[in-house]
Amino acid sequence: MIPLLKKSWDWIDSRLGFTDCILPIIGHTVPRDARWWYVFGSATLTAFIVQVCSGVCLAMAYVPGGDLAYASLRYITEEAPFGSVLRGMHAYGASAMIMLVAIHLAQVYLHAAYKYPRELNWMTGVVLLFAVLGMAFTGQLLRWDANGVWSVFVATEMASRAPIVGPAISHFLLGGETVGGSTLTRFFVYHVFVLPGVVIAGVGLHLFLLFRHGVSEMPDVNQPVDPTTYKPAYEARLRETGVSFWPTAMWRDVVFSAFVGAVIVGCALVFGPPALDAAPSPANVHSNPMPDWYFWWYFAVLSLLPPALEVWFILGVPVLGFLALFCLPLLSNKGHRAPSKRPWAVGIVIAASAGFVVLTAYGYRKPWSPDFDVPELAPSVIGATEGPVFNGAQLVHSKSCLYCHAISGSGGHRGPDLSTIGQQLTRDDLIVRINNGGYNMPAFASSITSAELTQIVDFLMTRTGDQPPVPSPAP
Amino acid sequence: MNDPNAPSKCCCEQEDRRSFQAKLSIGLSAAIGAMIATPGLGFVLAPLFRRAPHRWRAVGAVDKFQQGGTVLVEFEDPSPRLWAGVTAKTAAWLRREDDQRFTAFAINCRHLGCPVRWVEKASLFMCPCHGGVYYSDGTVAGGPPPEPLYRYRTRVRDGQVEIHTAAVPLTTTITLEDV
Ligand code: FES
Repeated sequence: MIPLLKKSWDWIDSRLGFTDCILPIIGHTVPRDARWWYVFGSATLTAFIVQVCSGVCLAMAYVPGGDLAYASLRYITEEAPFGSVLRGMHAYGASAMIMLVAIHLAQVYLHAAYKYPRELNWMTGVVLLFAVLGMAFTGQLLRWDANGVWSVFVATEMASRAPIVGPAISHFLLGGETVGGSTLTRFFVYHVFVLPGVVIAGVGLHLFLLFRHGVSEMPDVNQPVDPTTYKPAYEARLRETGVSFWPTAMWRDVVFSAFVGAVIVGCALVFGPPALDAAPSPANVHSNPMPDWYFWWYFAVLSLLPPALEVWFILGVPVLGFLALFCLPLLSNKGHRAPSKRPWAVGIVIAASAGFVVLTAYGYRKPWSPDFDVPELAPSVIGATEGPVFNGAQLVHSKSCLYCHAISGSGGHRGPDLSTIGQQLTRDDLIVRINNGGYNMPAFASSITSAELTQIVDFLMTRTGDQPPVPSPAP
Repeated sequence: MNDPNAPSKCCCEQEDRRSFQAKLSIGLSAAIGAMIATPGLGFVLAPLFRRAPHRWRAVGAVDKFQQGGTVLVEFEDPSPRLWAGVTAKTAAWLRREDDQRFTAFAINCRHLGCPVRWVEKASLFMCPCHGGVYYSDGTVAGGPPPEPLYRYRTRVRDGQVEIHTAAVPLTTTITLEDV
């Protein structure tokens, strides 16, 4: 049995060249200091493999047609054996991939591994990053629920702002003038054929370049990159102190990848796939479009920007972001690699991560939006159960003031908190504000009667601080 | 017979042949590429050249609508694909001004297209995305939207209110005629 197996393997090996060609590649020498810092790239690849495997399975039941896509998703989630786990793996795998790509990018940037001779490694990586973001975005529409559909609407609307070519771009993306049947089939093709093709080709090239130029060493203050001497010096150091990638260096990659895989599958098992929103319908106005978490920061920025800057930002960030990242190694490909010598790089990474976290949190809380679901104020907050103050409090809710303003902790956050407004403004000021509106606040003059206005102001004048408000006497 | 130039002549000939073969291969490859790509490009780019269709769609009998009231009406997209399913539907906010006059607003916020909601008691349209607010006549009351809500043309025919529908408008590519 064993000799037969051995003979068969020899036959295959002599034809395939595994021992001759492939083994030397995976056994190539890498710097011995390539330790835990280096595991994020391979873990990204593992997450991508999860995406391909789960995606292929999901595609066997998914119907990319506007009429049946939602039903097929329900079937996958609720009935198909392992369907819910697979959907979960695909969803958490996407999040994992985005996170790992970002960490990998930050690590390579911090260690300046993009410098000579690895400029193209970095540039292919940047293309891969944008392809991955494209996968995440197109995948959101394939979920074909209200949220996905409206998010795509917003995104193509942004694309259509580009001068001259904008409308053409959005019509091309949508496959027509509106989000409809042809949009889903198109996005299916981008998500399942076009972008994965780009990613697979890109990963192939990225890995080829990795083997061609070797894994970069940990930065050393005494070894700034000089393109004229770098290669011989690198090779000499490798000969002296290098270790073989397989298995001496690779086991860490495998351990971390196993961890990533376990987290993805674990989340899918424990939390299940993200819940499906209502069926998509451009006629349904009761939806609150929200992109997936990795785009929340962008969503937050869009609502914080002054309108005049908006178009520049919408178009500028993706295009300039891509160009800046892509061209980075062309602008600086020699000199120091050590973070201690590159304070700007460290600063940029810290600022970018802090900005991301803050804006994401902000985006999640969405304080700029009217909050349509605020409950009415409790009598204990109002300080009255009848009379003009009570009526005023009711009106503050029904006239939707509370959608934007909070009072004693309940209400929206789009506008200023009104808990102490009675101390800050006079009765006349309040009347003028409510009638005429102001920056970002609608004028209510035409939509409330003077009796209603008086009651609202009566109520607001009782808002004087944390002490329990005293009902004002009836006028 | 023993021409010393013979070998080089032979090579020159070969050189000519080789360059011809190279050109032939490159030319034919380009032709193959063009044959494959042309129909595909035409197919994929077709939406860019389609004219946005408009169609009058009835949304209900005149008497169904109360004077001064603003309600959501659903109707079919002017040119839905056969497989569009629920996405063949779109909607408008319709207000009855008087006996014969109706105003129809697109539900899409002019900021980035999110669906605006009519808040009856406050007489405002509000957008859930970035806080855009519009007055009952569609003009901007606050937030980021740069322009008023779009209006569709409306008319009354045979006791039915009709809306001159367009595809759900992208604000920059709107093709309504009377905005
Ligand atoms: S889409 Fe309405 S405010 Fe942004």
